[in-house]
Amino acid sequence: MKLGFYPGCSLEGSAREYAESVIAVAGEAGVDLEQVPDWNCCGATAAHNMNRNLSLALPARILAKAEAAGMKEIVVPCAACYNRLSVTRHELLENESLRREISATIEYDLRCDAEILNVLQMLDRHVMPAIGDKIRVPFARRVACYYGCLLVRPHKILKFDRLEDPQSMDAIIRKIGGDPLDWAFKTECCGAGLSVSATPLVGKLSGRILDDASIRGAEAVIVACPMCHSNLDMRRPHCDKAMKKHYTMPVLYITQAIGLALGIDPKTLGLHRHMVPVKFEKHPADAASARPAPPDAVKEV
Amino acid sequence: MSRIGVFICHCGENIGATVDCERVARACAGIPGVVHSVDYKYMCSDPGQNMIKDAIRDHNLTGVVVGACSPRMHEPTFRRACEEAGLNPFLCEMANIREHCSWVHEKSEVTTEKAIDLVRVIVEKVRRNKPLFPIKVPVTKTALVLGGGIAGIQAALDIANAGHKVIMVERSPSIGGHMSQLSETFPTLDCSQCILTPRMVEVARHPNITLHTYSEIESLDGFIGNFKVKIRKKARSVDEKLCTGCGLCTQKCPTKKIPSEFDAGLGMRSAIYVPFPQAVPNKPVIDRLHCTFFLKGKCRLCEKVCPTQAIRFDQEDTIVEADIGAVVLATGFDIKHADFFPEYGYGAYKDVIDGLQFERLASASGPTLGEIRRPSDGRKPETVVFIACAGSRDPAKGIEYCSKICCMYTAKHAMLYRHKVHGGKAYIFYMDIRAGGKMYEEFVRRAIEEDGVRYVRGRVSRVYEREGKLIVQGADTLLGAQPVEIEADMVVLATAAVANDGAEELAQKMHVSYDAYKFFAEAHPKLKPVETNTAGIFLAGACQAPKDIPESVAQASGAAAKVSALFSQDELTREPVIAVVNRCAPPLYSTCVGCFLCQAACPYQAIEKEEIRARDGNLIKTVAKVNPGLCQGCGTCVAVCRTKAIDLQGFSNEQVFAEVMALLNRSEANAGI
Amino acid sequence: MSTEARHNGIPATLADGILENTGVPVAKCYQCGKCSAGCPLAADMDYPPSLILRMLQTGDAGLEEKVLRSYTIWVCLTCETCIARCPMEIEIPKMMDYLRQESLRRGTTNPRARDIIRFHRSFLDSIKFTGRLYEMGLVVDYKARSLHLLQDVHLAPKMYLKGHLHILPELIKGLPLMRRIFSKTSRRGGEAAG
Repeated sequence: MKLGFYPGCSLEGSAREYAESVIAVAGEAGVDLEQVPDWNCCGATAAHNMNRNLSLALPARILAKAEAAGMKEIVVPCAACYNRLSVTRHELLENESLRREISATIEYDLRCDAEILNVLQMLDRHVMPAIGDKIRVPFARRVACYYGCLLVRPHKILKFDRLEDPQSMDAIIRKIGGDPLDWAFKTECCGAGLSVSATPLVGKLSGRILDDASIRGAEAVIVACPMCHSNLDMRRPHCDKAMKKHYTMPVLYITQAIGLALGIDPKTLGLHRHMVPVKFEKHPADAASARPAPPDAVKEV
Repeated sequence: MSRIGVFICHCGENIGATVDCERVARACAGIPGVVHSVDYKYMCSDPGQNMIKDAIRDHNLTGVVVGACSPRMHEPTFRRACEEAGLNPFLCEMANIREHCSWVHEKSEVTTEKAIDLVRVIVEKVRRNKPLFPIKVPVTKTALVLGGGIAGIQAALDIANAGHKVIMVERSPSIGGHMSQLSETFPTLDCSQCILTPRMVEVARHPNITLHTYSEIESLDGFIGNFKVKIRKKARSVDEKLCTGCGLCTQKCPTKKIPSEFDAGLGMRSAIYVPFPQAVPNKPVIDRLHCTFFLKGKCRLCEKVCPTQAIRFDQEDTIVEADIGAVVLATGFDIKHADFFPEYGYGAYKDVIDGLQFERLASASGPTLGEIRRPSDGRKPETVVFIACAGSRDPAKGIEYCSKICCMYTAKHAMLYRHKVHGGKAYIFYMDIRAGGKMYEEFVRRAIEEDGVRYVRGRVSRVYEREGKLIVQGADTLLGAQPVEIEADMVVLATAAVANDGAEELAQKMHVSYDAYKFFAEAHPKLKPVETNTAGIFLAGACQAPKDIPESVAQASGAAAKVSALFSQDELTREPVIAVVNRCAPPLYSTCVGCFLCQAACPYQAIEKEEIRARDGNLIKTVAKVNPGLCQGCGTCVAVCRTKAIDLQGFSNEQVFAEVMALLNRSEANAGI
Repeated sequence: MSTEARHNGIPATLADGILENTGVPVAKCYQCGKCSAGCPLAADMDYPPSLILRMLQTGDAGLEEKVLRSYTIWVCLTCETCIARCPMEIEIPKMMDYLRQESLRRGTTNPRARDIIRFHRSFLDSIKFTGRLYEMGLVVDYKARSLHLLQDVHLAPKMYLKGHLHILPELIKGLPLMRRIFSKTSRRGGEAAG
């Protein structure tokens, strides 16, 4: 099966392993991801902070390119891009004069009829049903599923999962043999776009997320957003500094966790690209039996 | 030949400033059949009325048209004046030249012409009016009180003490309502059950009150003074006459782990149970959804231990019918539960409880015998956070109104907690403190000043559990909206008070209107607060809007006074504006063909069948007949009748067509004037 | 707030401007503080979100100026926690976007927010000239603007080795259209990059 695919800039650069694992896992399910032709950046936080019309026009051009290519479902693994594309689509559908104005700007008459899928929706709809019998190495880890903000909010527009305490990623983890824990920071913000320009704040916000996960004995944090990943992984030293602790938990993309369960080579999944090494302190069997696990992933500094 | 008098009122400036009243009177004098036409500044005044009376006598009038305000205002006034002058009051009608003309138009020629038209139309109607006579209907002096909470109890006792019969229907196995669940009551802190149970007992013992618990309304038909009610008595599975309330069955019942409704889920009850020790009646009920015998066909332990053989597994629901004259709706309210709040954990945290659950914790008859203990582990909470406005005043959650009772009971909760757990810390997150009521503000001040309850002005964004504590994320808006984080042991949500489950269906059964939140609607928010739009049905307590105990009791007494006033008469007088089946056609039987389309269409079940027989007793035909007691004069039957055999008295087809024709022939008529 | 509250065609207060341009009714806020209670960065803001709303409600020019000069509007992450829980459903993130753009337009940006704004500008420049985000270029450009020359330098070699950084930008084919999009949207009152 063929699906439209909008990787977004991060997946071409700092989050290559996310793209690699998405493509690998989709491939196992017989899903062929076809890139939106000549796609551009969605504008991310910068555009909607600085210029409203630009923040609508950039995603609109992406939607236009996908529409022109006849795509009906577009998979958008980056939560930020997913959010921008969904919000733009919603605003243009709600407001006809705005749709006409933006169509004029991007020189294409948008219909907005393509459906935008985040990675969890793609997995749930097209991947999980096809790989049920292919789980070779159950991902028997106690993990914290971290959704972040952009996947679930604004709830009125995205209408995805529960407003608080979402469950869709937890359900996927259960299907691959994992043990998603009940924790409190599933949808707290990691600091997102302030990663470069206000790094200490990001250290604090992401640190709080890691802290709650580690207190509850998570062996890893599972994410579905490149920004969340870079803040929890690449910015780990800042998190440690803000919380005055040292966290060793790896941060995996949900597709990497599924890939491991399917027995895909870690290198293909890009695990070597992480800043925090993907090492588990316990053998999976021990981890599964030893619950609730003590917070041994944390060492006081 | 009709002799009609026309009286045009200036209503001071109200009509006079816009309509040329003199010209209207002059023009009307020219209408055929009008023998007298005058205008006057205030027709409703005594001199005005006397003008009408004198004219009736002097000119031998056969009809009166008053061109003035809405008939809603003064029709009774003018009809009474006519009656006093010896004219049948139904020969007097009003033409509304104020609301329908002067108030909605500018002063101009056409405005005056419109006023003339309006009067002329009514003249045409009055010309065809027939003398009518009011209908007398008897009053059944028995009241139905729906709901056995404090409002229902108060209303029932007041009506019964006035000497009238009362039938009380309560849905649950015992009367007492929410008040029986409460610990102590604000602002005096007297024990709720201590002041309530004497009233409950009084209801049970009162010779004028018949009590049906574990019962619901099946249907209500009829009209004020003459309702018929069907009550479904649900199968109790216990013979109430034989049962002595000894309690052996409930002790021996092996199924004991059912969350108790009375203890708001914090305590357990058995499958055969009495909701609480002071229940009225003190007779158990078998909960068939949980009873082992009903689930698996085995057990019958209660039957074996019952010393009076009162258990009846084969009992079935029974329907009781009764004639009643008035209804008091006192079905109360419900509250939202913790699972309504995603941000406070979707109800997943055991120590996040609602206000009623806290009442049970604080009550001496509750699951902890009045000690404040956490539902999760039974520990005494050292820090308790109370969250006011949980769901109330929250359009995002669909509840825009203020629940009114929470400010006070939250202050009481915090106070009780501080009394019971020494050294415990009580925080209340609030938006406003609404303490309007006798001794209420003083009560809140006492909580703050004497009992050390810490009020924080701000709403709580989120509650989550971490290492056995509940982390409460709030803000102090009086400190510049500074974030406040409290590690609490227990969180009490003052959840929104909402309409009861099934309020909508009940309202439809009772033919009363309800608001957007499914609270029953009063007839007028200020002047008719206990009446509904349906005559003879009254409201008491929180089924109309959230109310505290004093207010519920006051409204219940108000409703009881209305019922007593109604029952003080033996007969009710009703306007004769009802449908009649035409029986004038020869040979003295109806033109009705007996299709009974009208019967199907009538919303009031007022159409009956009548057999017309010849002298020898042979049936000639079956025709429709209108029951004058039931008919409300809506006219639906007139519209559906294929043979035009039904007419509405006072609004006959002939009259309505004459009115329309008067308007259509306007140009000719006006040309003639 | 009605359109009557205009002076010479210009909304009389900032709150009027917000209502007119974004449809967000500042007057609806009843100061419950739930947004501030849940905001992950409320403690780092000069005015928490509910206080910003209160300041706007006054219509006081001095307070409006303080809002437009605040750090709050730039440090706001648009994480949408506030609107997810706001009982009055006031779209604070939408309002924040407007306040940022108004602050840029009036040249009243907070000095502490300079780095954040510089980063946004570098970001938008990058996509204006290449169509996609050229991360290496973004970082170099941001360093040049912010003079934080040494920030994160230790990360670059590591990121390169792990394959996170492209040395050369990837250019999309539709660049002329991208330029037109930038110029058309900046003409409409928005801030153009660069």
